[in-house]
Amino acid sequence: MGNEFFPLFYGFHFYLFGLIALVSSILFVTRKSPVAAALWLINVMFCLAVLYILLDAQFIGAIQVLLYAGAIMVVFLFVVMLLNLGHPSELSDIRGKGGRLAAGFVGLALLAEIMVLARAEFPAKLTLPAAVTTEAAQGTAGIIGPIAAPLFREYLLAFELTSILLLTAIVGAVVIGKKREAGDAG
Amino acid sequence: MPPLDPMQLPPSTWVFLIATVVKMLIVFTVYMVGVAYTTLAERKISAWIQDRHGPNRVGPWGLFQVLADGVKNIMKEETMPGEINKPIFILAPALAFVPALLAWAVIPFGAPLPTPWGKIDLVVADLPIGFLFTLAITSLGVYGIVLAGWASNNKYALLGGLRASAQMVSYEIAMGMSTVCVLLIAGNVSLNTIIVQQATMGWNVLVLSIAAFLFLVAAFAETNRVPFDLPEAESELIAGYHSEYSAMKFSMFPISEYANMLTASAMFVTLFFGGWDIPFTQWDNSGPATVLKALATVGMFSFKVGFFVFFYIWVRWTLPRFRYDQLMSLGWKFMLPVALAYIVIAAAAILGLDYAGLERGRTFGLAMFGINLVLLVVLFVILDRGRIISPASSRIERERLGRLRARAVQRAHLAPGEIR
Repeated sequence: MGNEFFPLFYGFHFYLFGLIALVSSILFVTRKSPVAAALWLINVMFCLAVLYILLDAQFIGAIQVLLYAGAIMVVFLFVVMLLNLGHPSELSDIRGKGGRLAAGFVGLALLAEIMVLARAEFPAKLTLPAAVTTEAAQGTAGIIGPIAAPLFREYLLAFELTSILLLTAIVGAVVIGKKREAGDAG
Repeated sequence: MPPLDPMQLPPSTWVFLIATVVKMLIVFTVYMVGVAYTTLAERKISAWIQDRHGPNRVGPWGLFQVLADGVKNIMKEETMPGEINKPIFILAPALAFVPALLAWAVIPFGAPLPTPWGKIDLVVADLPIGFLFTLAITSLGVYGIVLAGWASNNKYALLGGLRASAQMVSYEIAMGMSTVCVLLIAGNVSLNTIIVQQATMGWNVLVLSIAAFLFLVAAFAETNRVPFDLPEAESELIAGYHSEYSAMKFSMFPISEYANMLTASAMFVTLFFGGWDIPFTQWDNSGPATVLKALATVGMFSFKVGFFVFFYIWVRWTLPRFRYDQLMSLGWKFMLPVALAYIVIAAAAILGLDYAGLERGRTFGLAMFGINLVLLVVLFVILDRGRIISPASSRIERERLGRLRARAVQRAHLAPGEIR
């Protein structure tokens, strides 16, 4: 439907939301108030969700909003508000020279990684065969099928190991958060 | 092959664009009027429950009360407390309202409408991720409340905001988990597929009863309605997160509450009560689309949503508020484990019935209904035994309860005015 509009439509929205994401992320790292910074980060996540959807990865986009913006950042805000870090003007986020140098170095390393990744070829299991269009793949298996199939077939072991990792983290959090009885050793 | 009827074909791009804009305007208007009149319905029904008259001065039966309220709220003086965080204080009421409105974009409200320019789907945007979209968007509703509480720079408001975020995040998990079964049985996240599945198999409230129960409870918690209205518990927190707000900004919070109520009702209807499906007939979902079918299904959908809005109001004027620890233990110790266990059982049941060679149809639905009846009995009568979901009387020792009841009977027999 309406294929003649699509290149223009996609291009416009890619640059629009890419720009918003960049500006928001710069604002995110320069804000002194932690709540304002968290809100700009939420904005970045929304823009990323839009970019995912433009790539036809609607599921990833929805999950991005649901998990990151809707759950993780809410907990983030919750903690930031409870910590009561004091008035923003008394806080300084700018660290010394060593910190700046390290940050610059990490930034360059990430940029280099992106450059390498842009040239790399994806494993054939992760990509659709060239003959199959996105619409056809989603028509037979729904929107989640093309993601679920490799996850539960080729990458099952890694997937299950990840869930065990998360379970370990949850158990650890419960153990740390548990109130110790009076006279309890340790 | 019969000749193709242009009224049964998908529309062209331009028709699609124009139809979408028209649908957006219609849904927005109907929704806003609906929200406004839900406030009136709340006052009228509460009056009816409490044996009062309710608003009856402005217009016939008080029908223009809504307009009067709107004018009053806009004309009132707005106060801006001195120590607030101004941009966020102004942004918060809008953030509370917008997610509820956005979720309506994907809810199908009727069977397709045939027009001379093609068949128009009665949904603003038929997204393939439909259900996940609503889940993602409604999970954002918490920001309005949390930020309102924080930006007010008032400890009661902040406490209300924190309560809201803790409550909504906890119940969001139970809500998401309860809907996993719906996705399992429909095999897709598109809301249209879910409605078609219910039309062929029977409504999910019968096929997945426990999931429906969990979703309903979680929806009450998500909308901060009684008995889950702790973020604005007036006996503890003044007015909670909106203590510092006034005039139209204050009014945005109740409006967003009613908006959320309508959205939650529509979601519940779509996921568990067949959406626009008319029960006991296949007339509405078979054969070519007609205008009559479209109108009848829209009417059916409105009726169902209206019923659940009434249900929300009914519960509000019937039940008292939870205590905070009760709320948390209900969410984490009852709802979440039950939802997780139910996913396992429902998945096993669906798989088992598939292996048994049952077609996905009425018999499949009936078999699931039978399993659910057993599960309901097991859950409420054997596992729970009146510990969590119970009348308050079950938490009193049996002997004391007997004495209390005997005294109540004794009192009832006394003459009026004679009190010991």
